[in-house]
Amino acid sequence: MSLSPDEVRRIAHLARLSVADDEVAANANDLSNILDLVDRMNAVDTSGVTPMAHPQNATQRLRPDVVTEPDQRERYQRLAPAVERGLYLVPRVVE
Amino acid sequence: MQWETVIGLEIHAQLATNSKIFSGASTRFGNEPNRQACPVDLGLPGVLPVLNEGAVAMAVRLGLGIGADIAGRSVFARKNYFYPDLPKGYQISQYEIPVVGTGQLEIALDDGTVKTIGVTRAHLEEDAGKSLHEDFHGMTGIDLNRAGTPLLEIVSEPDMRSPAEAVAYAKKIRTLVRYLGICDGNMQEGSLRVDANVSIRPAGSQEFGTRAEIKNVNSFRFLEKALNFEIERQREILEDGGTVQQETRLYDANADETRSMRTKEEANDYRYFPDPDLLPLEVDQAFIESVRVELPELPDEKRDRFISEYGLPVYDANVLTASRELADYYEATVAAAGGAPKVGANWVMSELGGVLNAQGLDISDSPVSAQALGGLIQRIQDQTISGKIAKQVFEAMVAGEGDADGVIEAKGLKQITDTGEIERMIDEVVDANPGQVEQYRAGKDKVLGWFVGQVMKASRGKANPEQVNQLLRQKLDA
Repeated sequence: MSLSPDEVRRIAHLARLSVADDEVAANANDLSNILDLVDRMNAVDTSGVTPMAHPQNATQRLRPDVVTEPDQRERYQRLAPAVERGLYLVPRVVE
Repeated sequence: MQWETVIGLEIHAQLATNSKIFSGASTRFGNEPNRQACPVDLGLPGVLPVLNEGAVAMAVRLGLGIGADIAGRSVFARKNYFYPDLPKGYQISQYEIPVVGTGQLEIALDDGTVKTIGVTRAHLEEDAGKSLHEDFHGMTGIDLNRAGTPLLEIVSEPDMRSPAEAVAYAKKIRTLVRYLGICDGNMQEGSLRVDANVSIRPAGSQEFGTRAEIKNVNSFRFLEKALNFEIERQREILEDGGTVQQETRLYDANADETRSMRTKEEANDYRYFPDPDLLPLEVDQAFIESVRVELPELPDEKRDRFISEYGLPVYDANVLTASRELADYYEATVAAAGGAPKVGANWVMSELGGVLNAQGLDISDSPVSAQALGGLIQRIQDQTISGKIAKQVFEAMVAGEGDADGVIEAKGLKQITDTGEIERMIDEVVDANPGQVEQYRAGKDKVLGWFVGQVMKASRGKANPEQVNQLLRQKLDA
């Protein structure tokens, strides 16, 4: 299976990654190699095998419904580039 | 051409847990921005989600409430998209294997018929934060208090055929989640959010038309208006030979119209995949049973019991079981009155309902307690007062002038049942109106009603009307 340069650009856009034009061909080649490996795995007969959702054959531990996190807003907001009236400020989102 | 409307609803219910679905931060509504946003909610590197057992139990409650299969094993997935109120760059949701499978709900339509609406699934997911676009020097403000609040997304089958059916279904879901105690159902605050998928097709067609998804509807009234607008919009497009675009549209209540938001991205653009930070959720039979034994009486069961136990008409039973609080109030009223369930139903629905409506109050804020209303009904039943005087007493009770007995005593409203006293008033009226007596004796029966009115007036409404009627006849026929 081989990915086209346009598909590489689209995937990069969805993941918000910037890919320079001279990198597209190499990326297409690398990603295609990965997909080839997936194709080879797909060829293995797995009928009758339940797919796993996680590599560890374990189940989710649950947490009691209790509030354990105190308000540490000031501490967390020291990490942020811009805050105002308790809000984190980000570049304007245009809908 | 005749068109048929097809509607399916996606209802997001914020679950009434204390803490968030994957973190120990509080879910309380209305705190200052970001005071309930911990590192997990902020999407800081290195944090891990841990699933809240309370949220799982509430999802199971809903599942049992709609007769659905509960998945023994369900999986959390990442739904990838970029928006600053979703700091991780993905929403943790359930995709291929949701915790609640196929179920159904009955809705009562205005013509009295009952229709079953299929529920496709219900899955657990986390809510996003809020973006505030106004007044930050060209920046957007982000409040992540809501980020990570547990949501149960309840997806219906495309089974509704009119806006009225869609509203009935949405109301029924709201009633159910409130009975189950898993969501407060407050649409204004966004605790219950309804998105509608709507399309139209030629009547008789088996294929679905292209649908639009309507968002931003925060009341049942707006849901109905938004659907009506959208159906009309699609009909005009199709009748002009055009095609409906599959898209998301926002309802604008001020303009009463829907507007295109963005073309819906292809579903696979979300690139769902199992979240490696979370193991599969296992819900065993013992857990399901522990939830089942805690289930309250559900709305349909309560309605049926009100019909059989209190002999109420279906309409009354539906109105009185619309919320658990109202149903509890009604039952407490009947208990306090020592019976008279139909009289109690009338008082709760009409007199009390009118007062609550006028004052914009909830039943839980009623100015008259169920005990007090029951006490008033008792005085009607034992004929201390007439139904008409009772309304006067009730008004005084609403105004905070005391209980029924206190008001009756203070205002001297006790019904006059003393035969001697009533006869004295009858004598006065009869003696003062010889002309009408002549008419009555000449066979004009209607005059009797006039006499009853005069005597009631003389007693200032306090005489027992039946007694007056009977004694008048005796006097005039003598």
